[in-house]
Amino acid sequence: MWELLKSYWQILRRPSVHYSLGFLTLGGFIAGIIFWGGFNTALEVTNTEQFCTSCHEMRDNVFEEMKTTIHYSNRSGVRATCPDCHVPHNWTDKIARKMQASKEVWGKIFGTISTREKFLEKRRELAEHEWARLKANDSLECRNCHNFDYMDFTRQSKRAMEQHSTALASGEATCIDCHKGIAHELPDMSGVKGW
Amino acid sequence: MKKHLLIAACMGLLSWGAVAESLDAPAPDGRRLGGTIAQELQAEEMPKVENKDLKRERNYPEQPPTIPHKIDGYRVDTNSNKCLSCHSRSTAAKSQAPMISITHYMDRDGQPLATVSPRRYFCEQCHVPQHETPAAIPNTFKNIDQVLEGGASQP
Ligand code: HEC
Ligand code: HEC
Ligand code: HEC
Ligand code: HEC
Ligand code: HEC
Repeated sequence: MWELLKSYWQILRRPSVHYSLGFLTLGGFIAGIIFWGGFNTALEVTNTEQFCTSCHEMRDNVFEEMKTTIHYSNRSGVRATCPDCHVPHNWTDKIARKMQASKEVWGKIFGTISTREKFLEKRRELAEHEWARLKANDSLECRNCHNFDYMDFTRQSKRAMEQHSTALASGEATCIDCHKGIAHELPDMSGVKGW
Repeated sequence: MKKHLLIAACMGLLSWGAVAESLDAPAPDGRRLGGTIAQELQAEEMPKVENKDLKRERNYPEQPPTIPHKIDGYRVDTNSNKCLSCHSRSTAAKSQAPMISITHYMDRDGQPLATVSPRRYFCEQCHVPQHETPAAIPNTFKNIDQVLEGGASQP
């Protein structure tokens, strides 16, 4: 075994006989680009609403419910898609979330939420993960579109203005504290703070 | 035989004409003005929900107050009750919304409960928002003050 490893090492160490150093460097560079590009393309593809709703678990449950809400259909025609709210923009966070999502694909293969009933049973747990994530990052995904600095309170309803100019402005509460269930139906809320 | 058939056919045609006419009778001028029953008219513009956050006067003390804000997307079902996330006893302080009154905590025997009574859970059964539009149908409703002023004898 040791001998084998040593012989491979020898091959790696030996200068190339057939290919020039330039070719090897350039080849490695190009291969790197292709690999990196492919990786990011795969990331892009999996970062679309089409991909998210290609499995029936998402299409029949959360997507269907979202269609009646403000982020799907509204007067201005500006929309939020699944990744807008669920996938961080920052690269490292994105990769972290994607790795977490791989576990969800695992769940798909083994049918953890393959029926509406199973989904509803799991819903509280899934929702809590999202609440915890948004609470921890100060509702970063909401703020990617809704920038507090540019909110004109005078153009908001009185109820909105009163809450936004106090609890939100002081940092005491973040978007998800007050706007749970903004895009989907809610799970059983017994025991959740403020409900 | 042939004659019978002919008569039947004529009668059929005649009654069909009568039915067709009665189906397309002029419509009574109620909610929908003009036209005949079968005619499709241009739908009226949908009025906006009034969202001024100003409480409205109640017509009599037991009237469920109308909702002074919009309630788009507020779900009330077995899992969650968005209204109570502002109007319940425990959340009213934070939201500064009026707390639902004690009657909402009473069962049918008038016994106050610790949480909202099941018969008061579905808020929109009694409370509705209002639209920015004049009354759809003129009416002779009198509020409690007008009734008191007018005396008991007048309807
Ligand atoms: C892709 C951008 C985008 C993201 C991300 C986003 N929103 Fe929105 N949101 C919008 C737009 C656009 C509207 C306004 C649509 C209109 O009124 O025409 C809106 C409207 C709203 C409203 C107003 C609802 C109403 O009935 O008027 C609330 C509340 C809201 N968003 C909360 C959130 C929260 C909470 C999050 C994070 C979980 C979030 N949004 C994430 C774009 C976004
Ligand atoms: C302390 C509670 C609270 C926090 C925190 C909060 N909101 Fe709100 N928000 C409200 C209330 C109350 C309303 C008005 C009622 C409603 O729309 O349901 C509102 C309304 C809105 C509206 C509609 C504006 C209007 O005029 O009706 C938008 C958009 C919105 N919020 C976005 C956000 C975003 C984005 C954040 C985070 C940066 C946020 N809110 C944080 C309580 C809050
Ligand atoms: C406006 C932001 C927003 C958009 C757009 C959005 N979500 Fe969500 N999603 C949330 C929030 C916030 C939660 C946490 C639970 C809650 O408050 O409803 C959540 C929860 C979930 C959950 C956990 C189960 C649950 O219902 O709580 C799933 C699964 C989900 N979203 C999938 C999707 C998919 C698929 C799409 C695209 C069709 C999508 N979401 C679009 C904000 C959003
Ligand atoms: C975000 C918090 C919030 C939510 C959610 C909410 N309300 Fe309100 N509500 C208020 C506030 C604050 C007022 C006081 C007047 C105003 O600012 O609009 C009010 C006023 C009212 C009033 C008038 C009370 C009076 O004395 O005239 C009624 C009725 C009412 N709400 C019913 C409802 C119903 C029904 C729902 C659910 C469909 C609901 N509210 C959801 C905050 C809320
Ligand atoms: C069976 C009818 C009914 C239902 C259901 C109902 N209410 Fe009421 N509500 C009333 C009546 C009647 C009043 C006025 C007299 C009183 O306070 O009992 C009232 C008063 C109120 C007030 C004003 C209280 C005050 O002291 O100014 C609020 C706010 C309110 N209701 C909110 C709600 C909410 C939120 C729900 C749902 C959880 C709800 N109501 C369900 C009938 C109802």
